[in-house]
Amino acid sequence: MIETLSLKTLTRRQLLSRGVAAGAGLVVGAGFVAGRDAAWATEMDAMKPESFATLVQMARDIYPHDKVGDRFYAAAVKGYDVPEEVDFAQEGLEMLDEAARAAGFDSYLAAGWEADRVAILRGIEDTEFFQRVRGGLVTGLYNQKEVWPIFGYEGESYSQGGYLYRGFDDITWI
Amino acid sequence: MAAPFELTDDSVVVIIGTGAGGGVLANELAQKGVSVVALEAGGRYLPDDYINDEWESFGQLAWTDTRTTSGDWRVAKDFSNLPAWIVKAVGGTTTHWAGASIRFQPHEWKAKTTYGEVEGANLLDWPIDDQEMAPFYDRAESKLGVTRTHGIPGLPGSNNFKVFEAGAKEIGYKEVHTGRMAINSQERDGRMACQQTGFCFQGCKWGAKWSAAYTDIPAGEATGNLEVREKAHVARILHDDSGKVTGVEYFDDAGNLQMQRARVVCVAGNSFESPRLLLNSHSSMFPDGLANSSGMVGKNYMRHLTGSVYGIFEKPVHMYRGTTMAGIVQDEARHDPSRGFVGGYELETLSLGLPFMAAFLDPGAWGREFTTALDSYENMAGMWIVGEDMPQESNRVTLSDVEDKFGLKVANVHYSDHANDKTMREHAYKQGAAIYNAVGATRTLPTPPYPSTHNLGTNRMSERPEDGVVNRNGRAHDVPNLYVSDGSQFTTGAAENPTLTIVALAIRQAEHIASEMQSGAL
Ligand SMILES: Cc1cc2nc3c(=O)[nH]c(=O)nc-3n(C[C@H](O)[C@H](O)[C@H](O)COP(=O)(O)OP(=O)(O)OC[C@H]3O[C@@H](n4cnc5c(N)ncnc54)[C@H](O)[C@@H]3O)c2cc1C
Ligand code: SF4
Repeated sequence: MIETLSLKTLTRRQLLSRGVAAGAGLVVGAGFVAGRDAAWATEMDAMKPESFATLVQMARDIYPHDKVGDRFYAAAVKGYDVPEEVDFAQEGLEMLDEAARAAGFDSYLAAGWEADRVAILRGIEDTEFFQRVRGGLVTGLYNQKEVWPIFGYEGESYSQGGYLYRGFDDITWI
Repeated sequence: MAAPFELTDDSVVVIIGTGAGGGVLANELAQKGVSVVALEAGGRYLPDDYINDEWESFGQLAWTDTRTTSGDWRVAKDFSNLPAWIVKAVGGTTTHWAGASIRFQPHEWKAKTTYGEVEGANLLDWPIDDQEMAPFYDRAESKLGVTRTHGIPGLPGSNNFKVFEAGAKEIGYKEVHTGRMAINSQERDGRMACQQTGFCFQGCKWGAKWSAAYTDIPAGEATGNLEVREKAHVARILHDDSGKVTGVEYFDDAGNLQMQRARVVCVAGNSFESPRLLLNSHSSMFPDGLANSSGMVGKNYMRHLTGSVYGIFEKPVHMYRGTTMAGIVQDEARHDPSRGFVGGYELETLSLGLPFMAAFLDPGAWGREFTTALDSYENMAGMWIVGEDMPQESNRVTLSDVEDKFGLKVANVHYSDHANDKTMREHAYKQGAAIYNAVGATRTLPTPPYPSTHNLGTNRMSERPEDGVVNRNGRAHDVPNLYVSDGSQFTTGAAENPTLTIVALAIRQAEHIASEMQSGAL
């Protein structure tokens, strides 16, 4: 889903010089959000980069997998960066920041520890915004073929002749 | 070869739906020389078309037209418009099914007599019994090529099975094997042996698993007596002043309303659509719906109590490699009220791919308790519980206020567990966890029932007309030339996966219809 990686041609230094750190692993610049390691970047079509960074962080906090990089979460929520969805998302994210401020932080991203952010999310988990983002992630995140190997799932097998000769019964520890 | 019959041809048997019930009935009748028009709402997909990808396959084959839900089952909250996971395609849900094919136990045909009065349950004995069904089970097993029957060898055990088997034996279970499966363990009937692809739920690309889509249906068509009209959605069944059915109205692929005349109509749209169709066919003569003088159309909906248990281990299992459901423990299937419930349950191996696991492990859950389980996906083993749930009148299909794209009222599905269901499920969760714990699970997870795959009972069979919708032959008590031919005719659900029984009933019903036609009684 996240195909627009044209900024990837920038060097790491160029990229970082054009943006500011947002949250733990993200960099936000004019019209783009990137990984702190500059391994990926995505241009914004409709959403404010700060909002998108918040959304990516929120996605990770909902379904945290330490071995899954931010780019997969970014891809999973990139669908909100379109004119039809952007108002819904940005309003929801403003509400999230508001909840963060009520909890004593400057913003959701400014809450540095996962435990604090999760507590903020618990407070809004019954909202339509939270439920739609969470529900969308179930397919948006876990149905990305690129994340499957991280979980040890091999996906399609017919073209390789199934597992009859490729380990359907190769367990040795039992 | 299709045999085009005229819309005005009133000598044909019209079958609505081409799944386990309708697809088999269509072929069996065609083989006997009976002219059949089978109307199927879905399109036609064959092994080359099937997709080794859970969501894509779901999009291709599943019934996703709206349905609504109510009741306190969790499905109504988590999947409010998807009460069932069933298929809309030529061959029906036999494209998605896993192939587990086991007979009812003799006492399960007589649930009321065996279990006695169960408060809040609407139990009834089937008007038929084990002895009467035995020869039809024999024929069904050989049609489906069921392993461990008729000299067909069992399937080899997969990784998921080996973990399951070792744990089950460790805690003392005796009846543990790779199942009686409608999956070829060796080449048979021109179909090859299972290649352990692991996508049984997505349509078997090798054709190793039996599905009506590429067995019975083309066999019936080859006789010249069967015409399957796909993308034909039946809207209502018509009748004359004498109360006999005369044909059906359906929307064709282009959305045009057509009328096919018929000598006999057989309803086989699975347990939501069949009662929906009867209810939507109300008329001034039958104001409560067709065949519904008992008021039982739509009632006593059963879905097996189900639930899953996943175990996480120190080392990899790769449960998704190989057959999805070839593994069973049958020790708990007996009726033994000392366990605190009537009826019994089967435990069967099950695996889901990562995308479905994420959707079904604990719908709505989030945070690390959930994600750490998925982090161990590779080291997971899984099993499914299939237990007899109690028929209750209040669990039922009714017409919703919502309409589909044709302006037809959709089915609302109401379900709440009976106390017996809950007790049995808790028992099964504990036994399932014990199996995995016995072989070193570091964590076990009980998983709630998925959208229903086994849908039963909404047009049930009964001796007396006031207790049900159809008689011992699946013939409507109220309408002499109307039949129900799918899982909705189940009087009770038993502990076994239903399809072998649906197929056996269809074979039996074909004999009955053909002989009634021959004698002029139809
Ligand atoms: C993932 C999965 C795994 C399963 N595994 C097993 C298993 O291992 N063992 C087992 O015994 N069972 C299994 N089942 C259940 C089994 O598939 C069903 O019990 C069986 O297919 C039901 O048969 P049926 O004839 O009642 O309906 P179906 O096979 O569902 O056929 C009904 C057909 O009617 C059509 N239809 C409905 N309404 C209309 C209409 N108005 N007009 C025209 N056509 C209509 C539908 O499109 C459909 O094609 C499984 C099911 C699923 C989903
Ligand atoms: S595991 Fe066997 S039966 Fe299942 S889809 Fe693959 S080849 Fe077919």
